[in-house]
Amino acid sequence: MVQKNYAGKQIEVTDEGYLANPEDWSKEVATEMAKEDGIELSEKHFEVLEYLRKEYKAGTPLSIRKVGKSGIVDIKGLYSLFPGGPLKLSSKYAGIPKPASCV
Amino acid sequence: MSEVTKETPLKKVMIICAKGTIEDVYAALIMANGAVMEGIEAKLFFTFFGLDAITKKYMNKLHTSTVGNPALRMPGGLPFPTLLGAIPGVEAGVSAMMKKEMDRLDVPPVDEFLDMITAGGGEIYACKLAADMFKLTKEDFSEHVKDIITVGELYSMSGGEGTQIIFT
Repeated sequence: MVQKNYAGKQIEVTDEGYLANPEDWSKEVATEMAKEDGIELSEKHFEVLEYLRKEYKAGTPLSIRKVGKSGIVDIKGLYSLFPGGPLKLSSKYAGIPKPASCV
Repeated sequence: MSEVTKETPLKKVMIICAKGTIEDVYAALIMANGAVMEGIEAKLFFTFFGLDAITKKYMNKLHTSTVGNPALRMPGGLPFPTLLGAIPGVEAGVSAMMKKEMDRLDVPPVDEFLDMITAGGGEIYACKLAADMFKLTKEDFSEHVKDIITVGELYSMSGGEGTQIIFT
C-alpha cells in the first residue's frame, strides 16, 4: 500500500494505483488519477465510471462485454476512452478494485 | 544488477489456432482478447481446422469432441464414456452445455468475440495454404478477417522487441 495525495487528501492506494477504499472516491480524485496517465476525463468517461461503481456495489463481476452492453458506450468507444486498458483503467478511475476477469 | 534483470515487457502476440473445437478456438480468442485489453498488440492467425472459427457457415456452430477426450466428465465428475459420446446428438448436447456455461461467465459467441477483439485493435488473419486446401475464399470468411496471408507474411508481421508467437 502507498499513500497518495489526490484532490488535497491523503489517500491509500495499492501498488498498482487502485484505491484501497472505494469510499475515498470522488470526481476530483478520479480526474487527478487519470491525469497521471495523461487522460482527461470527459462527461462520457464519468458515465462509464458511475456505471462501474454502481455494478461493483451490486456485486456484479465486470467485463468489457457488460460495459459494451450497458448502452453507455460500445466496446470500440470504451477502448478509445481508456486506451490500452479499457477495463483496468476505467476500474482504477472508478475507485474500484482491479478487475479479476479474463474477458 | 539492473543490467542483468532488464525488463522487456510483452508488446505484441501472434496467436496461431490450427484446431476447430470449441476449446481450441476459445483458448486463442481469450488470449487475443486478453492481450488487447492489456494494451498488447494482438494478431490472430487461423489455419487448417481452425478456419472453422472464421468461416461464416461454421463459426457459431463449433463443437467439442466427446470421443477420445479423457478430461471430459459428466456433471458430478464421473468420466464421460467414449461410447456414449459416439451416439448421435450427444456431441451437440455437450457443446450446447459448454456454450451455455461460457455465456454465464460473459464469454461471448465466436462472432461477438471477434467483434470485441477487432474493436480493441486486434487483427484476424486466415492462412492461405489452408484456405486453398479447403477451397475457401474471402467471401466464405467473416468480415472480421483482415486478409488471407502466407506463413512468410505472418513472420514478417512478427518483428519487434517484445513479440511472442503462441501456438495454441
